[in-house]
Amino acid sequence: MTYTNPVFAYRRPPELDGSTRHCGVVIVGAGPVGLAAAIDLAQREIPVLVLDDDDTVSVGSRAICYAKRTLEILDRLGCGEPVVQKGVGWNVGKVFHGDQLTYQFDLLPEPGHHRPAFVNLQQYHFEEYLVRRADALAAAEVRWKHRVVDVAPAEAQVRLRVATHDGEYALTCDWLIVCDGARSPVRHMLGLDTEGQVFRDRFLIADIHMATDFPTERWFWFDPPFHPNQSVLLHRQADNVWRVDFQLGWDADPEEEKKPENILPRLRAMLGADADFEIEWASVYTFQCRRMQRFRHGRVLFAGDAAHLVSPFGARGANSGVQDTDNLVWKLAMVLRGQAPDSLLDSYDAERVAAADENILNSTRATDFITPKSVVSRTFRDAVLALAHRHTFARKLVNSGRLSVPKVLADSCLNTPDSHAFSGMMVPGAPAADAPVSGPRGEWLLPYLGGGFALLVFGDGISPESARELAQDTIPCGIVQVGGTLREDRVVIQDKDGLVAARYDASGQTCYLIRPDQHVCARWRAFDPAAVRRAIARATCNHERDVQWTR
Amino acid sequence: MDALNTKPNLAAPDDFYEDLIGLHRDLTEAQSALVNAKLILLLANHVGDPDVLREAMAAAREGISPHL
Repeated sequence: MTYTNPVFAYRRPPELDGSTRHCGVVIVGAGPVGLAAAIDLAQREIPVLVLDDDDTVSVGSRAICYAKRTLEILDRLGCGEPVVQKGVGWNVGKVFHGDQLTYQFDLLPEPGHHRPAFVNLQQYHFEEYLVRRADALAAAEVRWKHRVVDVAPAEAQVRLRVATHDGEYALTCDWLIVCDGARSPVRHMLGLDTEGQVFRDRFLIADIHMATDFPTERWFWFDPPFHPNQSVLLHRQADNVWRVDFQLGWDADPEEEKKPENILPRLRAMLGADADFEIEWASVYTFQCRRMQRFRHGRVLFAGDAAHLVSPFGARGANSGVQDTDNLVWKLAMVLRGQAPDSLLDSYDAERVAAADENILNSTRATDFITPKSVVSRTFRDAVLALAHRHTFARKLVNSGRLSVPKVLADSCLNTPDSHAFSGMMVPGAPAADAPVSGPRGEWLLPYLGGGFALLVFGDGISPESARELAQDTIPCGIVQVGGTLREDRVVIQDKDGLVAARYDASGQTCYLIRPDQHVCARWRAFDPAAVRRAIARATCNHERDVQWTR
Repeated sequence: MDALNTKPNLAAPDDFYEDLIGLHRDLTEAQSALVNAKLILLLANHVGDPDVLREAMAAAREGISPHL
């Protein structure tokens, strides 16, 4: 085995010995999503208690494909580097039909971005890095082997009962973030459901350890000779571990298929009689595309698989869950600090429900291509694959999973509509694009943005008075100035390859207001402090209440 | 909504029709279905315009009710 699961120590909670505790935020579930939320809160020095019913990281590789946007969020959370270092980068994907290579694609990343389109890494490594990061933050406390057994939300707070092997105790909190996974016990305790589709198909996934000279590429087969009429995926992970994914069909018996004596012949047929490999983990799964109607229920907020489920094709599970927390945590932090009304949390619901719908749509389309539901659907699928070999247009129709890209929150009520003409991708709602820069905090643009509000401004048209006023407002806004004179009251960076200006369609005094989660929320061709304040008020749901701006 | 040309546009309609039927000669039902699907995809890509394609799909489906 290439990996041994760590065992995290259970500690007897003081609440069992008479002390009581009220928390600002409790998170249920220390998976990738719960941990990302905890780290984000703790980095903002907001105390957070995480409860997990287990005492280790994921068993088996599970989510293996981490997208660029997730890596950028991890950079903000202080754990991007180990994930990228340990992970396996890949760009080439090959699609086979029968015994033929139909075509290959290259994700060929656009140059001038810090993070690649994807890295592959077993979920257990990913979680372990997040646990380490959370442990290093004084404001985060993770309690292992603490199982929530009852939840009672009320107007003013949420009451929890937590079971340990030493007995049960009670807790109260202002806000509960539920990240307890696809089966979400907390969601069930609250009598809430998800709506959507279950697909009538089964897949076998196996992690195999194999020293081989296979290239680091994503290989996807439709109807290969070694597994007729079904699809197969081969993908590399860290430590020479490979993910193999066999479509089995609905009639397969999950218990039988999981047995090594039944997995081995499938692998031998695929990899050859002489292939030298060892099975590390295997699982048979079905999948669903469903979501809760709402992700916010008063003081209870759902994130990740607990809130929405997609098929694995396209790597939209863990990636979208981490992106949920990126959206939620800055809003919750502002509500907790009294900087925004709690209606700001309704925008979490609106924005992430829209993102979940986009993921579900993409995932459902991929699933319909991979698992056609009718004879005619199968015929069209095979027609596409037959044409794709010779005709490039058909390759665009082949869908073995559209890989995860972040949602552009174009319809969000937090955006200020454009009043000037702009071209390019950086519309209000878009996640800010990275670009190479030079400056005091390193060589990439994104680390200069995020955390709080930032005004990305081209040229030195902002006076020291305006800079000071924005920095000292109720909701402070830092200035990141591209080019121009170095000043103490702002961060000045240089656009060394001209890509910041190009990607942000800059001219003259162009300014972009960037949210704490690095999404654009407003932009102008000229700096107007009153317009910036109005846009910050709108992005924090403060425009409906009378805000006393310090002047 | 008149992007789809349904006026006569084929120079030699009888020749086209003969070719279309001939295309399926000696094929099984499944092979014919595959050829038809490929033909639709090739033509759809040639047309390109999504409004024209939607209109053509609606015209093809017109008067055919779901079989319950």
